[in-house]
Amino acid sequence: MGLKRKDLLEIRTLEPAEIVTILDTAASMKEIASREIKKVPALRGKTVVNLFLEPSTRTRTSFEIAGKWLSADVVNVSGSSSSVVKGETLMDTAKNLEAMSPDCVVIRHSASGAPHMLARALRCSIINAGDGMHEHPTQALLDLLTIREKRGHLDGLSVAIVGDIRHSRVARSNIWGMRKTGMSVTVAGPPTLIPPGIEELGVKVTYRLEDAIRDVDIVMMLRLQQERMTGGYIPSLREYARLWGLSLDKLRAARDDVLIMHPGPVNRGIELSPEVADGPYSVILDQVANGVAVRMALLYLLVGRGGEAGEPGGVPA
Amino acid sequence: MLPREKAQVLDDQGIDRALTRIAHEILERAGGADALALVGIRTRGVSLARRIAERLQAIEGVKIPVGVLDITLYRDDLGLKAEMPVLRGTDIPFPVAGKTVVLVDDVLYTGRTIRAALDAIIDLGRPRLIQLAVLIDRGHRELPIRPDYVGKNLPTARREIVQVLLREHDGQDRVVIQEPEG
Repeated sequence: MGLKRKDLLEIRTLEPAEIVTILDTAASMKEIASREIKKVPALRGKTVVNLFLEPSTRTRTSFEIAGKWLSADVVNVSGSSSSVVKGETLMDTAKNLEAMSPDCVVIRHSASGAPHMLARALRCSIINAGDGMHEHPTQALLDLLTIREKRGHLDGLSVAIVGDIRHSRVARSNIWGMRKTGMSVTVAGPPTLIPPGIEELGVKVTYRLEDAIRDVDIVMMLRLQQERMTGGYIPSLREYARLWGLSLDKLRAARDDVLIMHPGPVNRGIELSPEVADGPYSVILDQVANGVAVRMALLYLLVGRGGEAGEPGGVPA
Repeated sequence: MLPREKAQVLDDQGIDRALTRIAHEILERAGGADALALVGIRTRGVSLARRIAERLQAIEGVKIPVGVLDITLYRDDLGLKAEMPVLRGTDIPFPVAGKTVVLVDDVLYTGRTIRAALDAIIDLGRPRLIQLAVLIDRGHRELPIRPDYVGKNLPTARREIVQVLLREHDGQDRVVIQEPEG
């Protein structure tokens, strides 16, 4: 089956079968990265606008490469985050972009729900590249692809997501995606960084790193955004690193075949020690490589299609 | 409007004989198995390419590399469909540059699949020569493409459907013509 939707806004409203379609398509795209000439003609004549209103290197570059390998024309628009936060102004930006007839707008925005607003207003496909504290669906999909590639399946695997769960759109998208594909999820972090009611998403909560990482197949460490310290969520970076940083020593509590993941960029010495980030368990660079494949798959499935666009991409959060 | 089977045009022995003859023709034309490679077009072209490779090995005692080609990303009708066709991936684990590449497919019809396959192969490198082997040539070409090796020429009407059934996918080996009911 293909995807019948116009947009990819969130994992929450995806059917498990749609996730499998995206992962299968992405796995088939990987061969293109190994070619001498990395280009296929599938999206010739299509235009993809990367509208990144929040800083990003990895995700923006990844979308740009994905579009170019598929022969789409990719245009990067970056804006100062402050001038477009308000709804009216974002709508203006969107309407101006639409006047240039793009086939897809990839948007990253600090406001949760911004991609949903664009999806309702614009005829072209919208892909959410991270919205506020809501979701980062392409990150979750590339994480699932990496896990499936390393373990051969997803169903029945267990994962610990560790760190700032409260502010993490990566955690939220991954929790939805992992639950939908039959994985069990434990979240762990300082109590101030675990949002109340998170259990309703079907996850277990623990407040000790060692308990979280024992006996799981995968440990996903989240980036500690350093501005959280000034927000009063943690007493000090040093204490966070001591209690929640994954060092070789703490890793002894985990299984011998554990996979260590991180969405990047890594704060070396805070949530991950360099020996762990660069060690044999780490699949961090596989995640980055798979990011291109997943974004190629989404562009192919959403943008390649002709005729009338399908169903709206999802319900606003 | 289920298709109704109109006639069987090849049975399992017929398919066997056609593939054996094609294997001999390939060797004769290439003057041996050197620098020879087979590339099957998904899905049934792949099984046919593997069967031809087995025969080549039996005749020459040399293992011929077999690649798998998915032409989906090269189709000329991608933007015309409401839903994108499923991508299964290309796997050609040898360099095509300098090789004699024999493309293998089950049915040659409009030639559009082969046009896409030629572009896909050439994107991977510059073969010395590309040839085309098909089990059935049913006519109605829309592009200037012709096969080098044919199992059976089968004149058909456009409304007819040619089904190649293979053990690997369908549990039996036979080729039938079907016609839509009514």
